[in-house]
Amino acid sequence: MWSFILRRILLMVPTLMVVSVISFAIIEAPPGDFMDAYVNQLLQQQEAVDPAEIESLRKRYGLDAPTYVRYFRWLGNILQGNLGRSLEWNQPVSKLIADRLPWSMAISVASFLLAYALAIPIGLYSATRQYSIGDYLFTLIGFVGLATPNFLLALLILWYYFVATGNVAVGLFSDEYLVAPWSLAKFIDLLKHLWLPALVVGTAGTAGLIRVMRANLLDELERPYVMVARSKGLSEGKLLVKYPFRIAMNPVASTIGWTLPTLVNGELLASLVLGLPTVAPLFVGALLNQDMFLAGSVVMILSTLTLVGTLLSDIVLAWLDPRIRGAI
Amino acid sequence: MSQTPLLLSVDNLATHFFSQEGILEAVDGVSFDIHAGEALGIAGESGCGKSVTAQSILRIVPKNGKIVTGAINLFQNGDSVDLVQLDDRGQQIRQIRGGEIAMVFQEPMAAFSMVYTIGNQITEVIRLHQECSQNEARERAVEMLRRVGMPQPEQTIDAYPFALSGGMRQRAMIAMALSCHPALLIADEPTTAVDVTIQAQVLELMKDLQRDMGMALIVITHDLAVISELCDRVMIMYLGKDVESAPADVIFRDPKHPYTVGLLRSVPELGEGHTQELDPISGSVPSPYRRPTGCPFHPRCPEFIPDVCDVDLPPQIELAGGHRVRCHLYVQD
Repeated sequence: MWSFILRRILLMVPTLMVVSVISFAIIEAPPGDFMDAYVNQLLQQQEAVDPAEIESLRKRYGLDAPTYVRYFRWLGNILQGNLGRSLEWNQPVSKLIADRLPWSMAISVASFLLAYALAIPIGLYSATRQYSIGDYLFTLIGFVGLATPNFLLALLILWYYFVATGNVAVGLFSDEYLVAPWSLAKFIDLLKHLWLPALVVGTAGTAGLIRVMRANLLDELERPYVMVARSKGLSEGKLLVKYPFRIAMNPVASTIGWTLPTLVNGELLASLVLGLPTVAPLFVGALLNQDMFLAGSVVMILSTLTLVGTLLSDIVLAWLDPRIRGAI
Repeated sequence: MSQTPLLLSVDNLATHFFSQEGILEAVDGVSFDIHAGEALGIAGESGCGKSVTAQSILRIVPKNGKIVTGAINLFQNGDSVDLVQLDDRGQQIRQIRGGEIAMVFQEPMAAFSMVYTIGNQITEVIRLHQECSQNEARERAVEMLRRVGMPQPEQTIDAYPFALSGGMRQRAMIAMALSCHPALLIADEPTTAVDVTIQAQVLELMKDLQRDMGMALIVITHDLAVISELCDRVMIMYLGKDVESAPADVIFRDPKHPYTVGLLRSVPELGEGHTQELDPISGSVPSPYRRPTGCPFHPRCPEFIPDVCDVDLPPQIELAGGHRVRCHLYVQD
């Protein structure tokens, strides 16, 4: 098991290298650079633009060097923990991200936990009582959940929140805890606010997971080994958890990997609508302004998260199914 | 062979499956008795209801299936209990499953869960039915694996089923079924999924174990050779009906029902310098949803009597020597 985990971690290194090239290529893909965006902005504000000054700025930030030089310069900095400086915010990228990443992670993890906490028991119920009224009800709710766009849900929740409290922005904290130091009360306050964005971000995923869980379990319940377990005299409940449930969890566990990054995607609309200080809106702004150090760093971090998520789901899978442990 | 006490008596059992296509009468009026220590073979083509009969006895018929009529009486220590009347999720049937009546399934690859070691799956059944610690259960499992001829049982017990060969898996399956010393072992096509050399070993093993442990055995198979190897009595099924039953030596020497005759004729005989024209039964098994009227075999029967066989269901006729047949040819009036 440990050698399996070690092998997986080592395999992440070349993958991360490839990811860094792709991240860089994505950042480089749109024509122009930050200076072009900056010039446009100045022109829009009807200010004079001095081409010489722009050129010297370009030199100072190293924007005139060939692509591969900029790539290695960027990569070298990242390896030293220096993510560069955001041109738009005029702050270190690491600080910008560090300020916001915890909230993104908090929303992601909360909606992830919410999705699994809801989907697994509901899937279990729906599969063992197929075509019951409860199953139909959950199926209906599931499809509505899948079909409802996140932002619509966010808008609805925002409206209800406004009607109920009179506040416009949901935020992550009540006003009195906004700048307060960390305490148990502040944490509880966070939880009180967190479930809303978690619900917005997690609904579609939850609905999808219910369907996956139900379908897998229905397949597994028909397998001969279930009948064998029954023929041994096991009670129905113990049997269900020990045999088919564990196998049915396989595909669910393998989705952990891509749940993390999709949650960040899903978080964008919710954050924009609910006005939350997370990574996603920052990322959009960086892309619009061709703030390459910031955008590249966000892409790198999201990719790393994906890889970490995949590693986690591989470990869970190997734990669930001994046949996977021997594989690379 | 009827001197030992009666163990299980199945009386007019009917198990039907209810689906959108209609009602499938998988088992439709089957009766037989098994005495302690006796071996009964149930033979017939695929879909004749052999396996569903076995599942009905253990009350593990898949969902949509239901026992509609009949009784299955299990006699134990002077008491009898009708398994059909028990709650199929209740405590009582669960104590009988695996404890009194155990089952060996046909496909050991699918019958074991791949995510637990065979030791885990064997000790589970031991601990369900016997008061013992985890360590004792493990010792008993090792002992049982040794008894079924598993090589290096102390190591193999920690192997996952996918790491074993087909023959070893079937041995482990048999060990699991026997681990609580059941009074009756039901083997559903025990040798279908293993290759020929292993088949002989498995049959030999089952024969020895049955003799040593004094248990009764029901062997479900489509392979008449397996029956001639193992069984005292034979019941032939066709489309959910028990068409003929007799002591094994009688049925091979003197089959009465035209279906049994056809079945025996269609078995190839191997031998040097021996050529043989195979004589298959004409036609094919009708759709179970569109069961023929009268005798279910009449559309394929060479001895078909018009206006009799296609109208009336033949009664079960008792011939000499415990030979029973369901056929109009033997009706005397």
